[in-house]
Amino acid sequence: MKKLSARRRHPLAAVVVLLLALAATGGLYAAFAPADKAQADETAQSLAIDEGKKLYAVGCASCHGTGGQGTSDGPSLVGVGAAAVDFQVGTGRMPAQQPGAQIPKKKVIYSQAEIDQLAAYIASLGAGPAIPTKNQVSPEGADIAAGGELFRTNCAQCHNFTGKGGALTHGKYAPSLEGVDPKHIYEAMQTGPQNMPSFPDTTLSTKNKQDIIAYLDAVNGDDTESPGGLELGGLGPVSEGLFGWVFGLGALIAVAVWVAARTAKAKKS
Amino acid sequence: MSTTTTSDSRSREKAPAGERVADWADGRLGIYSLAKANMRKIFPDHWSFMLGEVCLYSFIVIILTGVYLTLFFHPSMNEVEYHGSYVPLQGQLMSEAFNSTMHISFDVRGGLLIRQIHHWAALIFLAGMFVHMMRVFFTGAFRKPREVNWVFGFLLFVLGMFTGFTGYSLPDDLLSGTGVRFMEGAILSVPIVGTYLSFFLFGGEFPGGDFVARFYSVHVLLLPGIMLGLVVGHLILVFYHKHTQFAGPGKTNNNVVGMPLLPVYMAKAGGFFFLVFGVIAAIAAIAQINPIWGIGPYRPDQVSTGAQPDWYMGFSEGLIRVMPGWEINFWGHTLVLGVFIPLIIFPLVLVAIAVYPFIESWVTGDKREHHILDRPRNVPTRTAFGAAWISWYFVLLVGGGNDLWATHFHLSINSITWFVRIAFFVVPVLVFLATKRICLGLQRRDRDKVLHGRESGIIKRLPHGEFIEVHEPLSQDALHTLTAHEQYKPAEIGPTVDENGVERKVNGPERLRAKLSKGFYGEDNQIPKPTVEEYKEITSGHGHH
Repeated sequence: MKKLSARRRHPLAAVVVLLLALAATGGLYAAFAPADKAQADETAQSLAIDEGKKLYAVGCASCHGTGGQGTSDGPSLVGVGAAAVDFQVGTGRMPAQQPGAQIPKKKVIYSQAEIDQLAAYIASLGAGPAIPTKNQVSPEGADIAAGGELFRTNCAQCHNFTGKGGALTHGKYAPSLEGVDPKHIYEAMQTGPQNMPSFPDTTLSTKNKQDIIAYLDAVNGDDTESPGGLELGGLGPVSEGLFGWVFGLGALIAVAVWVAARTAKAKKS
Repeated sequence: MSTTTTSDSRSREKAPAGERVADWADGRLGIYSLAKANMRKIFPDHWSFMLGEVCLYSFIVIILTGVYLTLFFHPSMNEVEYHGSYVPLQGQLMSEAFNSTMHISFDVRGGLLIRQIHHWAALIFLAGMFVHMMRVFFTGAFRKPREVNWVFGFLLFVLGMFTGFTGYSLPDDLLSGTGVRFMEGAILSVPIVGTYLSFFLFGGEFPGGDFVARFYSVHVLLLPGIMLGLVVGHLILVFYHKHTQFAGPGKTNNNVVGMPLLPVYMAKAGGFFFLVFGVIAAIAAIAQINPIWGIGPYRPDQVSTGAQPDWYMGFSEGLIRVMPGWEINFWGHTLVLGVFIPLIIFPLVLVAIAVYPFIESWVTGDKREHHILDRPRNVPTRTAFGAAWISWYFVLLVGGGNDLWATHFHLSINSITWFVRIAFFVVPVLVFLATKRICLGLQRRDRDKVLHGRESGIIKRLPHGEFIEVHEPLSQDALHTLTAHEQYKPAEIGPTVDENGVERKVNGPERLRAKLSKGFYGEDNQIPKPTVEEYKEITSGHGHH
């Protein structure tokens, strides 16, 4: 005890005591707190809704309203469905960092389990499209060529021929589809996030969506080969022209300078 | 008997084989006098004089690769189903033109490489012509006697643009099809005759089944034929006029200092051809161009974002993108000014630079021949005009690529469009003024250098404590180069009263010319170059001043 009392005025003593106190209360809480499973006699679904509601209250309610009814800062989420939540939160777009022309995708801050809980809560506010199953988004056995035709008909106007993205009005844009999870592509088509129109099953069937996913996987996926060499962003003649001027003509002028470096001088009289 | 005669003649008069061949050819083609006159022709050397060669060689590369492509391309719009080796298009309906281009790209040996060489060479050909034209412009190489050759070169550039346009439209892909649709829209906007012209060009409603075949003839026969003739004419005139050269010691308006055509220049030029071919082939092997497999076949109901023409047509895209969508409706007719005005400005942009040489020669009234090039700074008004034109062209290119500027620099496409609308009028003026100031500043610097020498960076302390910087006098060569240019006097309106006291009317053009001339060469528009007296006065002092 003497040792202890000798050190009780040590500058770190307060920190140690605080840590001990925290550990004690935390441990006690863990020991005595009602175990969820044992206490709640509800289904897993309603549990997820409850958890989702808590997450919602912390991360989303400031803009979308306490009950998902929407405010001047964010739209109503009643009836947007689980798919919309899975897309928006799963790509990091939500929660939004700041208002702007468009909410960009960024690092995902929720785990998939939390996203599912949030989705369950939002889905409980009103019926909407559900998160697609693995089978629904799988490009296995889909018709790539038909997907290409559908893509050029419905998507290329904004997302470019092979999904490299493009500009919209007033700083908005259609993002590049490179490296986007097939599930998120499916959900985007289903729910029409931000400036995108939605393509419900009545417009593009599940089969159609699978074809489009398969097409994107073929022309803009990780294993896509570029038969002609460097892709130059896949943006068409503008980047090609820039490359031609800088590297094509640039190299030729460098060669010309080199060839002309030695030359004749008039004889000194 | 025959043996004796042959051995006889051989011993007496039979020349070596080479000489006999030469003699045979000379007797029929008159090669000797041609070679005698031209083999020792002198060409001056400067890297910027080789820009024209870059164009010539890339043109040859285009012709060679183009011939290869014609062997496999089917200029037909018949609909076929694709069964080639590119999986994401299998089973799709497309025109035979697109199908055969896919075949060239994936199933013909070397096909894709040749296609890419052809297309890259076309971009570089046009870029080379642009830079070559600017070189000729800024150095004043277009002055008498080379005005006609300037026009030839300009026509080559314009024809090159349209050869390129008809060329990249041939595969009938979704990107180029959008471009052809754009052109059709522009034609339709022409009042009264627009519809008829469009129907005439496409053989009926757009797209019809004819335009690929028609564009094909234009692309491989008509335009290249005219261009080839112009290129030959261009080169003959270069030979006839002899090449210009920069001012320098020993270089006058009456000589050409450089290397003889044979053997030096021929070896250099021959080697340069292969270097150009090599660089273009390397670019084509490294970087993809116009990947039609990703773009897909053309269908009038489809369109993609990022649909721009190749760079040389980009300024027309810019014109149409930034033009407000004005239209006037009257008595059931529509005048689509939003498209028609850009269609009118399109040739004006090009003509603006093409006619400048003639305006300048009218302003100077100079009828002499010029074989010594100007340094751009010594002709501030011309240089400023050229820079302003380039900035104008560039502003339109920005407008043509407004969507990519928006996505890559995180800007609003609307703001860019508004910027271009204003910059279209403002930027050339600002660039004109700034360039002129810079030129005059450089002229002042040259004047200082001639009169006071080069700053040596050596600080000298004089006995009485004063510090001065030692200036080194320039070499005789440098002095010559800096003072070789001539300066025009602004043209005056001549006497308005003749010797009999009869008053003469001064007409509008004469007054305009005097005014322009003052703007070109008047006070504050050029810095008087140092005179011999000034130079002597300063240098006769004791090394410093």
